Amino acid sequence: MSARRTGFWTIRGSITSRRYWLLAAAGLLLPLAAWTALAASGLVNPVFLPGPLDVLKRLVSWFTDDNLLGDIWISFCRVVAGWALSALIGLPLGLLIGTYRPVQALLEPLTDFIRYMPAVAFVPLVMLWIGIDEGAKIGIIFIGTFFQMVLMVAEDVRRVPMAQIEAAQTMGATRGEIIGQVIIPSARPALVDTLRITMGWAWTYLVVAELVAANSGLGFAIVKAQRFLQTDKIFCGIILIGLIGLAMDQTFRLVHRRAFPWAHARSWT
Amino acid sequence: MTSAISCRSVCKTFSAGAIAALKDVDLVVEEGEFVTLVGASGCGKSTLLRTIAGLETHDSGSILVDERPIDGPGVERAMVFQNYSLYPWLTVTQNIKFTRLLAAHTRDCSSADVEVAAGRADALLKVMGLTPVADAYPGQLSGGMQQRVAIARALMSRPRILLMDEPFGALDAQTREVMHDLILHVSRLEHCTVIFVTHDVEEAIYLGRRVVLMAPRPGRIDTVYEVPLPAARTQDMKHQSGFLRLKQEILERIRATSGLKTDFDLLQQLSRQTTNT
Repeated sequence: MSARRTGFWTIRGSITSRRYWLLAAAGLLLPLAAWTALAASGLVNPVFLPGPLDVLKRLVSWFTDDNLLGDIWISFCRVVAGWALSALIGLPLGLLIGTYRPVQALLEPLTDFIRYMPAVAFVPLVMLWIGIDEGAKIGIIFIGTFFQMVLMVAEDVRRVPMAQIEAAQTMGATRGEIIGQVIIPSARPALVDTLRITMGWAWTYLVVAELVAANSGLGFAIVKAQRFLQTDKIFCGIILIGLIGLAMDQTFRLVHRRAFPWAHARSWT
Repeated sequence: MTSAISCRSVCKTFSAGAIAALKDVDLVVEEGEFVTLVGASGCGKSTLLRTIAGLETHDSGSILVDERPIDGPGVERAMVFQNYSLYPWLTVTQNIKFTRLLAAHTRDCSSADVEVAAGRADALLKVMGLTPVADAYPGQLSGGMQQRVAIARALMSRPRILLMDEPFGALDAQTREVMHDLILHVSRLEHCTVIFVTHDVEEAIYLGRRVVLMAPRPGRIDTVYEVPLPAARTQDMKHQSGFLRLKQEILERIRATSGLKTDFDLLQQLSRQTTNT
């Protein structure tokens, strides 16, 4: 018998890992079962709600006849390119904002303002400014992720405990050494988390980006399927984007655990 | 004896028009002396320590270390913070050797120096009882062990002055006693001058050769007490009458200067009102 009661509704109670996975599986399988039942019942027109089997069949035919892997690859490249460009500019800029108050005063209110502008509304502007090439698609993903990313990076950097910085100062560290030896390593786990979260957002802007005169990609396929009322293909596209996002998220988490064992290690025995 | 630190009429305000955080603070600390600073909250004891460390600037007056005015932090003055100052991504040994990553400590460094540093780190691990956890991360250690690492790291570069800002404030009473004897032992071993800030009067008397009592609004030095105990301290001295008398005296003086007295008067007034109605 454990000292602490662990009922279902215990606030912040603990749970065995077996139970955790059982509940997780139920959480995933129950909606799937409900979907199957609803589609099979014939109550809903398949144009509105295709069954899981139809979706699976569509997935196979997309793979064999319609170059699914090509669509995935081009979408993947666009998302990663837009996100990487954000990170390339956002990481150093966020570091400066989070470290130096004058830079914060100069840039943070502006960034805060721009981030509330809807990225979707930039589509016509981006087409005017950049055109309709790959650059435009990357540009929209960039607009969607960059401004959020800068603010999150700045916050990550600001969260570095002042005592860590002051300890380095009393040990005679220069400004460069404090940034390189204290602020960056201290903020690194939070930064990887920020990169993981913004990667998720980059995927959500994919469909918008591929509205711009695309002729390939998952987002484009979804938009095109809508025109032909291929609901099963829309389902396919949405689920695929979800799965790819989940896979990348898990990859980031794995990297986090591998790269920062100290942030995950527990008490020394 | 020569003075290690001398503060002359040090004044400081945090913002224009505000009450002075430090007003005309005069304090001379001798070479090798262990001085503790106590006082009610807001008396400026931490501010004075941080100003001596070079983490804060003062508006007027002078702070001399080895007869030279200070200009920001310096490697001859090491500081131990209450907590969160360790680098959680580095192991205990790497934390202690952190100064080896800094140019200020490795300029004109020969391979012999590297060896000396390694030996120094090992010696500190041993003295502080950290050898068994040398490869652990700070997050895996108890609060007491973490503070041992912080002290060892501060001592790594053989500072002449050790500034400690409530280093044991977050520890439990038993751990604190152990740390008291440890820091007394180590400071004598290293021949450091120590300024130690605390809110615990017993701690201040047990550790200090002198106890400096500060008072708030404005932050100033109120009284300096010589501790009537031999240099080598033992835990049983805490029960001696001289110790207890001094503790009583300091506590009363803190209460008198803290401004809490007005709160007490207010409380009495309020309770009188409620009994009347």
